[in-house]
Amino acid sequence: MPEFNLLYTGLLIAGVIAFTQGFVAYLILAERKVAAWVQDRLGPNRVGPFGLLQPIADGGKLFLKEEVIPSHVDKIFFVLAPIVAFSTALLALAVVPVGTTVAPPGPQETLAAFNETQAEYASHFSMVIVPGLDIGILYSFAIGSLAVYGVILAGWSANNKYSLLGSLRSSAQIISYEIPLGMSVVGVLLFAGSMNLETIIAWQAKHGWNLFYQPLAFLLFMTSVYAECNRLPFDLPEAEQELVGGYHTEYSSSMKLGLMLMAEYIHMITTSFLMSILFWGGWSLFGVEDLVTDPIGSAVLKTAILGGKMTAFVGLYLLVRWTIPRFRFDQLMTLAWKVMMPLALLHLVAALIVRQFNLPLVSLTGMSLALFVGAGFIAARSGGPNNLPRRPAKHAVRETVGV
Amino acid sequence: MPIAEQDVKWVQEPKLGLFGQLYLPLVMDGLTTTISHMFQKKVTEQYPEQEPKLPANYRGVHRLNRDHDGHVKCVACYMCATACPAHCIDIVAAPAPVGWTDREKYPETFVIDELRCIYCGMCEEACPVDAIELTTLYDLTGLSREQMIFDKEKLLSVFDMTTKAGTDPVRTQAGKLGPASEAPPQK
Ligand code: SF4
Ligand code: SF4
Repeated sequence: MPEFNLLYTGLLIAGVIAFTQGFVAYLILAERKVAAWVQDRLGPNRVGPFGLLQPIADGGKLFLKEEVIPSHVDKIFFVLAPIVAFSTALLALAVVPVGTTVAPPGPQETLAAFNETQAEYASHFSMVIVPGLDIGILYSFAIGSLAVYGVILAGWSANNKYSLLGSLRSSAQIISYEIPLGMSVVGVLLFAGSMNLETIIAWQAKHGWNLFYQPLAFLLFMTSVYAECNRLPFDLPEAEQELVGGYHTEYSSSMKLGLMLMAEYIHMITTSFLMSILFWGGWSLFGVEDLVTDPIGSAVLKTAILGGKMTAFVGLYLLVRWTIPRFRFDQLMTLAWKVMMPLALLHLVAALIVRQFNLPLVSLTGMSLALFVGAGFIAARSGGPNNLPRRPAKHAVRETVGV
Repeated sequence: MPIAEQDVKWVQEPKLGLFGQLYLPLVMDGLTTTISHMFQKKVTEQYPEQEPKLPANYRGVHRLNRDHDGHVKCVACYMCATACPAHCIDIVAAPAPVGWTDREKYPETFVIDELRCIYCGMCEEACPVDAIELTTLYDLTGLSREQMIFDKEKLLSVFDMTTKAGTDPVRTQAGKLGPASEAPPQK
């Protein structure tokens, strides 16, 4: 383990929190801007140049608004819910590398060699709040799924049927999607031989990105995190058209609502980091990261590469929101239980086979793609979902709309 | 009346082939549309800075037109006040001043309550001498109810303003003045 340095850790925590807050503020602006652009509008542009001061105005408004607590709510949990949501969202960031990292050394033959590698490891610095934590990704998932408590508490304490429906949907959704989420990364962990995110990046820097070996796993992971973040097309917990505001209906637009929304956006950031780290090689970019040899310069470059990947994924979140319409609840469950879970399981088996028999890694790429196409083929042969609304057969007109 | 069964056309959802069942190509298709819209020309009008271009037949604030001598064109025939569904036009007629040879009467006062008006344009339609017109001024504001009651001077000043600015040329031209200005036939 590297030495625990209070100053260094404190600075990093402050830095990460400040960065996420600022990023979230501008992410909300970006969301509104992208929403506007996709709809051929201009978006907020009144506060400051190009509306760049809008987040500050919004934040100020949230802070200054009266904190309304309706008389029919369970006060303790009502206040606790945003706090839980926000703090768990922040906690999950603790193990996520936000920049350059060095993998902790593995076990060594002799004590001397061990001491030497440890000293060598301690001389580098990693941009992770908790470097060298071996349960890494497991911790992140565990804390991440605690976030559903915020949603459930909010929905239940609000004493309002819409909120409750929203939070019930959310719990069902998150429980379902945790499974493919967890299973899709097991393949990655198998090859890296560690759950430590720094080691996973180092493995990819050496062997190539996981995306190329396990494209299906990435797809499953990405779909699951969209569901975990309650983002469209899986935003059923807060489906405005059906549930007023979903689980945060009773929160007036004060700081409590602000915390809820910020928690959601922090989840987006965390999961974007995770996607880039687990499947897109973290700070590695086809050798570009080795071009700069100067330690400070290379740290900056690696951080920029990782940050760029993360921003790209966040951008994708914003675009997908305006591309795919919301799923129906039965479709959501069908997708998780009948499609993603079997696929994730089969993919895991494929990864196990490749690992056990030491097959070349590219064979896993083939298996991954074959599984994907095979699933599509089976779906096409079985004639798609059988839960479409039934029509009287004698009047059925087969129209080919689009496709 | 219920819709007859044969008038109902059931549309079946299209079956997706292998291509569609793979989802990704269709998602990509959707994403391309989304992204292409991001860079398309925006339709937003930046209102206070960028004035909207209104069609000439927009029905905004009224004006009272002037004739060639600069007099008010109105001959106080009360047609507009009669036609007005909101009863917001109030006219007091008086014999035309000496020298106004083309008519018998003129309005001594002519008041429109712009708050009661529903901007239907009936007054404009009714006027036989094309004296009243609705302009394209749309951003009418005032600090009190009294301010929104427009008298003859104010309505004439709207005419001066809009014709000078060129936004509202005099649209209707019916002869010298019109039948309502003619002297009654001598018995
Ligand atoms: S626009 Fe209609 S409501 Fe207004 S004054 Fe003319 S006739 Fe009356
Ligand atoms: S109809 Fe025309 S001429 Fe007659 S009173 Fe009204 S504005 Fe004057």
